[in-house]
Amino acid sequence: MSTKAACFFVLVCATAPLSAFAAADGPRLGKPATPEEIAAWNLTVFPDGKGLPPGHGSSIEGKAVYEHHCAACHGSNGLGGSAEELAGAKHSLTDAHPDKTIGTYWPTATTLFDFVRRSMPPAAPGSLSNDQTYAVCAYLLTLNAIIAESAEMNALALPQVKMPNREGFIRMDVAK
Amino acid sequence: MQPTPLTSDFHEPPQPVAGGGLLDRRLFLRQSLTLGTMAFIGQEVAASEFDRPAWMLKPGRPLSNYGQPSPHEKEAIRWISSNPALPGNGISWTPLHQLAGTVTPSGLHFERHHNGVPEIEPDQHRLLIHGLVNNPIFLDMDKLARYPMLSRFCFIECGGNSNAGWREEPTQASAGNLHGLVSCSEWTGVPLSTVLQEAGIQPTARWLIAEGADAAAMNISIPMDKAWDDAILALYQNGERIRPENGYPLRLLLPGWEGVTNVKWLRRLEAADQPAMARNETAKYTELQPDGKSRQFTFIMEAKSIITHPSPGHRLQGPGLYQISGLAWSGRGKVKKVEVSADGGKTWAEAELQEPVLSKSFTRFRIPWHWNGGKTVLKSRASDETGYMQPEREKLILERGRNGYFHYNAQVAWCLDTEGHLSHVY
Repeated sequence: MSTKAACFFVLVCATAPLSAFAAADGPRLGKPATPEEIAAWNLTVFPDGKGLPPGHGSSIEGKAVYEHHCAACHGSNGLGGSAEELAGAKHSLTDAHPDKTIGTYWPTATTLFDFVRRSMPPAAPGSLSNDQTYAVCAYLLTLNAIIAESAEMNALALPQVKMPNREGFIRMDVAK
Repeated sequence: MQPTPLTSDFHEPPQPVAGGGLLDRRLFLRQSLTLGTMAFIGQEVAASEFDRPAWMLKPGRPLSNYGQPSPHEKEAIRWISSNPALPGNGISWTPLHQLAGTVTPSGLHFERHHNGVPEIEPDQHRLLIHGLVNNPIFLDMDKLARYPMLSRFCFIECGGNSNAGWREEPTQASAGNLHGLVSCSEWTGVPLSTVLQEAGIQPTARWLIAEGADAAAMNISIPMDKAWDDAILALYQNGERIRPENGYPLRLLLPGWEGVTNVKWLRRLEAADQPAMARNETAKYTELQPDGKSRQFTFIMEAKSIITHPSPGHRLQGPGLYQISGLAWSGRGKVKKVEVSADGGKTWAEAELQEPVLSKSFTRFRIPWHWNGGKTVLKSRASDETGYMQPEREKLILERGRNGYFHYNAQVAWCLDTEGHLSHVY
């Protein structure tokens, strides 16, 4: 390569857009992760139920869990307190002052399990068992009159729950 | 420090370029030599009359390991608003009205935490990349630091920034406490694409679920296109390791995208064929519209600008020549133009943009202005390189209603009264 050509090459590389760094290669220092390690780390629950663990819980069991761990902030019956309301909506989403509860707003029931397991209760996240988590999901869905009080939640049932606002979202900045 | 009129020795009063006394944006550049000379003459004092201040009469303080701001700058702090029942769930605002230039000091970068700032042991922190990949891997921070890095400036803005604007009446607060959930830093780290390539992302992977190592294990779904485009695994902020409250030891940086997607304390990236529909991309960080439908995955922070000087809390010390200054930014790229009005939006003049104008970064704008002492309204509006212009508030409310909560980017107006006080108006 002539000096002139080399200079040109350097110039082109230096002014290439940021997205061009897709081609950059690294030293490949990653340590392989085993399936067991991944399972221990993974917390995601997807809308189709992927990621849900074994276990089950009923609304009646969930009421006890809720009152012990959740009601201090979210209020009794999910009506809200220092933390947001979860149930008991009086105003629809088209109202001037809408109530965005689980029942009126949340599009997927699996979100409940994903969020409660990873984040709740804030003073002791990760402290609820899978059964307790399923139970509190069942209770919150019952409070919002989405499932029957007798229904039990588990890895098969939870993704089947049809949330009222399932179709209420428009994806904006996502390639179609 | 309160703004006082600038002195000048104009032979003739400069001609305004728009209503309310706005002057040509290049005026200060042309006059700089004159002003500089004047300043020098003004300081010339006979040596015999030189009265040394106290700090020149004794040795100064010893050297220090880490510098702190002057104790006289106590007002340049983040204002905190959090849940009393859960103090780690809240926000703190960057005091934009106290700062100049385009870089936010790291200690003043805004915060939004969902359950506090974790005290992470860097030696024990690892990033797991798994899901639809050929080679699931762990990377510890020492290893990651050996990868080729790059630096870039970019802003991070919370999706909830400026949301007081949705209220019916204008909230009275400083510019920082209304609009300071945005900050701009130089970030240094490893292009995410390098690490994705190593993990061998499978073709069916359309999303990347990112998760933090905080007590909320905050998670968010990111389209894979962005991950390949300009995402960075950031280790450094403004030259030093990222501060704990900004994600130490590792933050996912998605230039121009909503703050919540820039996951702090990053510990896990899961390649998937679908979004997780996590709480913070469904129940929160979505915008309810008047028809009952909600905008979701509104990642891009649209163009915005605000006048930081003068702004509420400042007081102008009488009529005269001032410099209006502010910040503009766009999540779509570079700011192309900022216009300023000193007559409530009836007429506009183009402000000078401080070079270099960088993509998805703060851009400082300035314009000289002669205040005649009368009541008036100051406004700014930014346009970006895509041609998008920051909307009027009325237009935004008409399109989105008032229950969207997030992504408020309408033009901001400050009313100046005859006493030199400023207030927030619509």
